[in-house]
Amino acid sequence: MIRLQDITKVYPMGKRELTVLNGVTINIEKGELVAIMGPSGSGKSTMLNLLGCLDQPTSGSYYLEDREVSHLSSGELAMVRSQKIGFVFQTFNLLPRISALANVELGMRYAGGVDRQRAMEALDRVGLSDRANHHPTELSGGEMQRVAIARALVKNPPLVLADEPTGNLDSVSGEEIMSILTSLHTEQDITLVMITHEADIAHHCQRIIYLKDGQVISEETE
Amino acid sequence: MKKWVEPVSTAWAGITSHKLRSFLTILGIVIGVAAVISLMSIGKGAQADIMARIGSLGSDLVTISRGSSSFRGFRSAAGSAQTLTQEDAEAIAEQVAYVDLVAPIYSKSLQLVVGGENMNSAVTGVPPEYREIRHLEIGYGAFFSDYEYQRGAKVIVLGSEVKETLFGDTDPIGQQIRMGNNIVRVIGVMESKGATFGSPDNSILIPLTAMQQMVAQPRTAQGERVISSISLKVGDEEQASYVTEEITSLLRTRHRLGPNIDDDFRVRSMQEISESLTATTELMTKFLGAVAAIALLVGGIGVMNIMLVSVLERTREIGIRKALGATERDIWGQFLIEAVFLTFTGGIIGVVVGWVVSAVVDRMEIMTTVVTAGVVILAVSVSVGIGLFFGFYPAWNASRLNPIEALRSE
Repeated sequence: MIRLQDITKVYPMGKRELTVLNGVTINIEKGELVAIMGPSGSGKSTMLNLLGCLDQPTSGSYYLEDREVSHLSSGELAMVRSQKIGFVFQTFNLLPRISALANVELGMRYAGGVDRQRAMEALDRVGLSDRANHHPTELSGGEMQRVAIARALVKNPPLVLADEPTGNLDSVSGEEIMSILTSLHTEQDITLVMITHEADIAHHCQRIIYLKDGQVISEETE
Repeated sequence: MKKWVEPVSTAWAGITSHKLRSFLTILGIVIGVAAVISLMSIGKGAQADIMARIGSLGSDLVTISRGSSSFRGFRSAAGSAQTLTQEDAEAIAEQVAYVDLVAPIYSKSLQLVVGGENMNSAVTGVPPEYREIRHLEIGYGAFFSDYEYQRGAKVIVLGSEVKETLFGDTDPIGQQIRMGNNIVRVIGVMESKGATFGSPDNSILIPLTAMQQMVAQPRTAQGERVISSISLKVGDEEQASYVTEEITSLLRTRHRLGPNIDDDFRVRSMQEISESLTATTELMTKFLGAVAAIALLVGGIGVMNIMLVSVLERTREIGIRKALGATERDIWGQFLIEAVFLTFTGGIIGVVVGWVVSAVVDRMEIMTTVVTAGVVILAVSVSVGIGLFFGFYPAWNASRLNPIEALRSE
């Protein structure tokens, strides 16, 4: 599913250069549930951006479903994002002025077309069909994240990336979100990669990758 | 869903989410377009007005009036030269080609006594051809005939306004007026031509022959009979400028003007006057259009301003859309459609407002206005063009945003 080979990412910082990822090589199989952990500055956000085709590596190769995507144009990357990848963000990133349903529909907007029926079904799967017409400001944090999950999953992407999905939630809502994510993972046979710094959240996952200073320092499998 | 429905509904959502702001942006375009429509309609109206009035006077008319006399380099006021003579008129009729009819005109202020009232008024002595040359219509009664002219009958034809002043509502036909030491009889009243230059509404016409019996007509040193002006009808309008040139050289010869001496008369063809007036009103229309275009330009800059703010404010939204797979073209299209939607709506409302303004101006008889389809199409397409032009840069800005940075923005 995902093959990263000797990935480096270097940001120019004035005259010096900042190496954020330094030779990362990872393979993630289809259907895996993976957590990436590490202290801040370890490069885990950069890695998620690379995995999500929001950014490109300075060197190395990234194969997504056996397709080399590290040198694609911005238009082709957008295409990959629309077809293959669903995002769940720490800050939910819903559009505040439209309804929950419309936010879910937005997930299909650039992936072939809006289908209201499917959007309703996706909301139903996260248990929010009764909140379809509520605006995000009328929802709790947990509910907003559930709408965001519905938005990420509505187009049935093979890969879902979550950036600290429980980071802005209390522990009860966090557990709720994790159980939704894990059950959707098993039901829909998706590959799920998430960043977290909470160990008990990470332990929901089958595999944990530890990053430090831009390198993979250890891995453990549950 | 159709392919264009989603981008349009997205743009619509963007517009309705900031109602007041969108309204103010549209207002800028509305004012610009309304200004274009109403000012251009005033310009076009003035043009149409002038053309209609000239048409009623006859575009085949050429008039010759007295110029200024100059004596040893000192020039006196226009019309002061007593040089134009009845013999000049006869020479023109005989010698200049394309001239159909010639009317020598002699007018003088005379004392009139009507009922018990006493007044001074200009009386114009003309031959019967004058009627055809000036396209005069007789409202009631009759114009004087060739026979009346030849025997110098003391009959007069009144302009519609003079008739109103002298007789009010009573029928003037057959009424007698004392004019100087003579008694004249009213035989006709002319139809009104409205307020135009050389309008006959204020004139009192009498056969030139009768005029010559009533007042002493001055003579030049050569013994020719001095007249006030000459009106003539050109057979072929195309030849108006040829005729003016011929008359000028003929009169210069007759008046013995040396090569360095200015004309002591003025020849003007209606053709020329109408051309210069048309040029003037066209210039005015263009000027008004330019002023309105500036208003429209300012409106366009307003659109650009708002779109830039909107892009800045919706940076995060752009980031989200990009993460969901929107291409640069999707984002670019969204903001461009939004800008064009604003200006197009503004354009349509502006056309309606401009139309209403020009209709009100017309109805209140402040000015004649004409709204042409061309101006409407121009204004709407220019406003759409403004949306494209001023929306392009903000939309391009939005499309080029880095999704990671856009997602991080507050």
